[in-house]
Amino acid sequence: MNCTSLRTLVVTLTLFLGFSSGMVSPLHAQNPLAPDGLKVGDQAPDFTLKNVDGKLVGLRSFVDSKGVILVFTCNHCPYSVKYEDRIIELHNTFATKGFPVLAVNPNDTVIVPEDAFTKMQERASEKKFPFPYVIDETQIVAKKYGARRTPHVFVLLRTRTGWTVEYIGAIDDNPDDASKTESKFVEDAVNALLKNTKPETATTKAIGCTIKWKKG
Amino acid sequence: MIVAAILLSVFSLTVPKVTLSDLEHRFASGKDTTYVVNFWATWCKPCVEELPSFDMLARRESGNPVVVLLVCLDAPSDLNAKVLPFLRKRAFACETVLFTEQKPHLWIDKVDSTWSGAIPATLFVKNGKRLFREQEFTQRTLDSTFTTFRDHIR
Repeated sequence: MNCTSLRTLVVTLTLFLGFSSGMVSPLHAQNPLAPDGLKVGDQAPDFTLKNVDGKLVGLRSFVDSKGVILVFTCNHCPYSVKYEDRIIELHNTFATKGFPVLAVNPNDTVIVPEDAFTKMQERASEKKFPFPYVIDETQIVAKKYGARRTPHVFVLLRTRTGWTVEYIGAIDDNPDDASKTESKFVEDAVNALLKNTKPETATTKAIGCTIKWKKG
Repeated sequence: MIVAAILLSVFSLTVPKVTLSDLEHRFASGKDTTYVVNFWATWCKPCVEELPSFDMLARRESGNPVVVLLVCLDAPSDLNAKVLPFLRKRAFACETVLFTEQKPHLWIDKVDSTWSGAIPATLFVKNGKRLFREQEFTQRTLDSTFTTFRDHIR
């Protein structure tokens, strides 16, 4: 075997092994904007973002709560729209029990003008959102938390020293029809936390819209 | 001829309903075939934007053992109102199927454990080897990812 064919073999083998050994899915290698983010059990960092009423809101706004249902969502994503009423219902059910909703729009409003702050104000007023709807202009919160899509929920529990992540994922198992839902993940997680137990299902995945990251 | 073929494809448009196991059976039976499986929906703007690149790939590879499969994630109840009118207008050369799996929290991981569930997302399969990408493709990035994958999987 001459040198050239040996080199070809090595290159071929390297590529082949790369594809076959799972090395081919280093998602973060080509998507540096969606880092690993937080995991269940991690401390959740505080932040301050502008609400549709112009006031600044952060986790520190909820020091009297037992926790927060943090929802990355937006105006334009049809999956977010499908879940809008269910997010309102979550707030109406759980705010009085100590788990209000905080909705965060993480999208770049240059890419999606429909998610602009003024459009958020319009939507919040049309739908009479009973919870804050804040804009993550620098996308730093979405990046820190590791939000990947809308809607993407993080249920946070207030502890003596801060906040911990107790659930990450979908609202429920049926985006198309709320009445046919069999598992209400967020509701179950919050109910477990209200009983001082850990959520049985702590992470789930769901179909959703990609977060529109700033270009460049 | 071409006009007739286009007319035929437009009017005889069918979008079969499939499950994940239907897809897996198909991958398993298609020895030496490269499957390019794009998960999309009519409501997903970046998906709709990249579909022409998949169409172009399908046209270019026609005659080769390559299947470009558009797996539509619209709700099955939207098939007649949204999916079929969209596909009739676009007249893509690639095969389209409607994914009927419910409970995304159970099947997303089975497609690929790194998938967050955001779309667009694309799976390349050949001879049991898989490459998954949660990203939007341009014609150039799709062509190069496809070619590298196909040519290095025996």
